[in-house]
Amino acid sequence: MYGRPNLYTSYKQESQILPTWSQKIVLGIFLLILLAMPLDLWLTEQIPFVRFLGDNEWLPLINKVLVFAIATLGLNLLAGVAGQVSLGHAFFMGVGAVTAVFLGGQSSDNLHGLGLPIWIWLPGAGVAAALAGVIVSPVAVRLRGLYLAIVTLGLVFLGIHFGNTTWGAKFAGAPGLGRKAPKLDIRLWKEETPLINLDDDGRWLGFDVSDKAKTYFLLLGLTVIFAVMAKNIIRTRTGRALQAIRDRDIAAEVMGIPEFRYKVIAFGISSFYAGVAGALFSAALSGQVLAADFGLFFSVEFIAVLLIGGAGTTAGPLVGAFFVVMIPKFVETFTKWLDKTEGGITGKFADVALTGPEGDFGVIYTGVQTPGWQLNVFDWNIVLFGFLIIVFLIFEPLGLYGVWIRVRNYWKRWPFSY
Amino acid sequence: MSELLLEIEDITLRFGGVTAIHGVSCHVNEGELFSIIGPNGAGKTSIFNTVSQVYRPQSGDIRWKGKSIMGTRPDRVAAMGIARTFQNIELFPQMTVVDNLLTGRHVAMKQSWLAGAMWVGAAKREEMAHRRKVEDIIDFLEIEQWRKHPVALLPYGFQKRVELGRALAMDPELLLLDEPVAGMNLEETEDMARFILDIRRELGIAMIMVEHDMGLVMDIADRIMVLDFGEKIAEGTPEEVQSDPNVIAAYLGSSDLHVANE
Ligand SMILES: Nc1ncnc2c1ncn2[C@@H]1O[C@H](COP(=O)(O)OP(=O)(O)O)[C@@H](O)[C@H]1O
Ligand SMILES: [Mg+2]
Repeated sequence: MYGRPNLYTSYKQESQILPTWSQKIVLGIFLLILLAMPLDLWLTEQIPFVRFLGDNEWLPLINKVLVFAIATLGLNLLAGVAGQVSLGHAFFMGVGAVTAVFLGGQSSDNLHGLGLPIWIWLPGAGVAAALAGVIVSPVAVRLRGLYLAIVTLGLVFLGIHFGNTTWGAKFAGAPGLGRKAPKLDIRLWKEETPLINLDDDGRWLGFDVSDKAKTYFLLLGLTVIFAVMAKNIIRTRTGRALQAIRDRDIAAEVMGIPEFRYKVIAFGISSFYAGVAGALFSAALSGQVLAADFGLFFSVEFIAVLLIGGAGTTAGPLVGAFFVVMIPKFVETFTKWLDKTEGGITGKFADVALTGPEGDFGVIYTGVQTPGWQLNVFDWNIVLFGFLIIVFLIFEPLGLYGVWIRVRNYWKRWPFSY
Repeated sequence: MSELLLEIEDITLRFGGVTAIHGVSCHVNEGELFSIIGPNGAGKTSIFNTVSQVYRPQSGDIRWKGKSIMGTRPDRVAAMGIARTFQNIELFPQMTVVDNLLTGRHVAMKQSWLAGAMWVGAAKREEMAHRRKVEDIIDFLEIEQWRKHPVALLPYGFQKRVELGRALAMDPELLLLDEPVAGMNLEETEDMARFILDIRRELGIAMIMVEHDMGLVMDIADRIMVLDFGEKIAEGTPEEVQSDPNVIAAYLGSSDLHVANE
């Protein structure tokens, strides 16, 4: 390795996730920035975006990105890698959330709860969802394409229905009301003062950290672990088997890959991710467990994240989650900024979109209610994502990740056009 | 005399009204290069599909080393040591050459999904060891320059080679080759013939080769079976088959056999 950082010298080196030094350094710096982002440091104030993304106003969104990333990493293993497009992801997230609140929540007259610590309820949520996935998979495995999508969609409605039954409400909380999510605090068992308090602002290693920043660190750590595991699965024996089944199922079978078994494995692992993400969604984001949260829109949103980010890759779900969660906020902020600097029609639009709940801007009605056929800002977001899904499906099936690869290859070859 | 490897006994395969295979019997010995020829639609590919148990024949028996494999799942048949290539290339298009061949090592590898996910020492060592094995095959088939390319980007002739490599990666005892040189030019055909002969000589793997290139078949096959409309019309050494009146009748007017006779 004498100044030729892009040459591989052994299979061992080549098979590492980041084979070259330059890649390792870039990722290392990136992770350091992520770690420093919510801290009050001189350095973080100098980097564009990082400067404000770590603020308390933006951190909840970043946390949402991380939870969405974990959920989509799981969906990717099933839909992107194994080719089984499931609309049931929200159902498995719901199973995770309800399991988590049963294990970790407080009991009362009409609610079950064991009050156990996070290191039990979080893995428990994953395991319960994985079991649910394995139980459903024998039916799902026999279905293809649209049929699979429809049957898994049925799961979502079943799940919400169950949550609203009298028996289900003892776990998921009263219909429409839900119940308080379990606490993120890290405890050994059920002691009063937690080992690590994640609920209030505090000081860690001499830095001021808000409760949101603490949640962020927890989620960041979990996302890194789940991303590395997903990457490892994809690049080893199991991942190759899943891709083989996705691309050529008969050829895969006559090469000794048991199709049924591997589809069950894909459902199980993917549901594990969903269960953990569902538990985190309620405990770290919404603060409550509500059956209705885990509906069809959720499932579709993760498909959007996957398609926009790039299915089949590990980076795709991460990029996609960031894009889908952050873009509406960026658009909002950008128009606000335009308004301050220039005024005029954009300003009027931003004004209406941001402040005036009763406002009316052409076809974009910004009120909470949507009278007639007019669309409100939320609907426009859905339209935007629907549009992006179609664009990516047609022009760039590898999603934003594919766009990045093209840009990278362009610069690698520059100044040669070929 | 070498041992019996595969026996096909009086199998019949029907698709609705179409009888693809009609009461065909044949056998393959250890280390033998057995060839199946016949016009398009004669049922050659269907024979392969019954051996892999992708199709289940309505009657008859197929035995592997004396034991019936009827009703066995295709992946189990593969694990017994039967590998194959396809008439229309069936590679995993988005995977690289290396990953396609590593997929061929699936049965030989043992790691669980969890060990892989955690990238534990044993899984790591296993990946390395099988990677080395795959590199040997890449050297053998002279496809080094394509190693890291997604196979969809490879020229047709090289895709055919990678598919042969993927089957070889399975360490098979019997290799089913469905038209290995179809659509190839003379040079590519000669390369492929060389690989097939090397596989037999150096690795001692038995093969069934379906092929339309009569020159190649007559040159390298030990025994030949001729199918027509799903029925066996002749079987024997290349010389016997070429002088068989049934075969001459079936191929009458076809230039294929003339080439071979020259
Ligand atoms: N899956 C199938 N469904 C219906 N008919 C089939 C199927 N596979 C093969 N056949 C029929 O069986 C006959 C033999 O086909 P095949 O084995 O592919 O011939 P060959 O490989 O000798 O050209 C043909 O008439 C073909 O149409
Ligand atoms: Mg054929």
